[in-house]
Amino acid sequence: MVQVKMTVNGKAASGDVEGRTLLVQFLRENLHLTGTHVGCDTSQCGACVVHVNGNAIKACTMLAAEAEGAEVLTIEGVANDDGSLNTVQQAFQDHHGLQCGFCTPGMVMTATALLKENPNPTEAEIRDYLEGNICRCTGYHNIVKAIMAAAGQDVSRIAAE
Amino acid sequence: MYNFDLVRPTTIADAVAAMGQEGAQALGGGQTLLPTMKQRLASPETVVSLTAIGEMQGVCISDDGKLCIGGATPHAVVAREAGSKYPGLAGLASHIGDPAVRARGTIGGSLANNDPSACYPSAALASGATIITNTREIAADDYFQGMFTTALEEGEIITEVRFPIPEVSNYQKFEQPASRFALVGVFVAKYADGVRVAVTGASEEGVFRWSEAEAALGKDFSASALEGLTVPADGMIGDLHGSKAYRAHLVGVMTKRAVTAAA
Repeated sequence: MVQVKMTVNGKAASGDVEGRTLLVQFLRENLHLTGTHVGCDTSQCGACVVHVNGNAIKACTMLAAEAEGAEVLTIEGVANDDGSLNTVQQAFQDHHGLQCGFCTPGMVMTATALLKENPNPTEAEIRDYLEGNICRCTGYHNIVKAIMAAAGQDVSRIAAE
Repeated sequence: MYNFDLVRPTTIADAVAAMGQEGAQALGGGQTLLPTMKQRLASPETVVSLTAIGEMQGVCISDDGKLCIGGATPHAVVAREAGSKYPGLAGLASHIGDPAVRARGTIGGSLANNDPSACYPSAALASGATIITNTREIAADDYFQGMFTTALEEGEIITEVRFPIPEVSNYQKFEQPASRFALVGVFVAKYADGVRVAVTGASEEGVFRWSEAEAALGKDFSASALEGLTVPADGMIGDLHGSKAYRAHLVGVMTKRAVTAAA
């Protein structure tokens, strides 16, 4: 066991981990931050996406000990300070960008990373950026629409399809 | 996943020392190795993470004008920082995997693994890149030795890759629709002294140079110069995603597209 220390959602976090402990396990099992999901556990689905030092990464495919000293942001840390939903979260609610909700934490974290890199993405750029995030419910249309809305685009004329 | 000892050195020297242990395996960004270990297709006893080694990070230009990329540099950094110097290579890096994979996966990891469908081997071979390790410099032409096989010795670490910068270049990837790995990927690079064409995804021998296309493009750098040229289907990968003949045909198609995009 080695001790790992990092900052998670602005707070210092530490714990003892094995070499094999994945970042997602550390977040869920040590810190009880269960908003980050394990979908496929094979780095395909993106339900485990969190930000490490500002980059969206798949927490099922990074060892916890490799996040030593890192700044980690999870879905639990993105809401506004008063607890209300932030722009991206609110857009997912407003535009029904989810059905079962399992993929949503990863979708929101990936969308947040996209909008930081590219504040006004086209629909094609959004779909391209979501390549590593799988949703089995929505068919993606409303997720894309929510992200366009979060970027401040007028989506009132886009049909749900 | 089964347990192992994780070592996280901060210098190349410490990493080399750690790699001297019995059963040690270097870990780049882990985007291939960690899933492989979960499936127990690899089971190293000691894993040496290279991600904390500052001297293996980053993109720069050498004194002789080559693009130098640290072995532990993630694809996303290459995509972002190499664009003004070597746009063909940055374009390739910006389409590996997905954004989260590009934030972790590294050039050294990709080249050390030499997956027959990986993108980077085609760029290294088509550029005549030099693979620099902790002990020596290896020309790309000598480095790739078949599927998942390279010139690397036990415990050797890729610390840097140096790319001569071409006049024009382009990478075209025909993605396998489920995995998004290259079903066939072709990197074309035109230098003052000739054209190099490297093909990934297609051959049972891993990445290879298409010398007939290089000769034709050396005389006339246009897609029409490739008319009538084919690679033999024999020796191509044939699987449920595409037959040998299909891949052989795609090599021609993707090479033409790369030349057109580069010219």
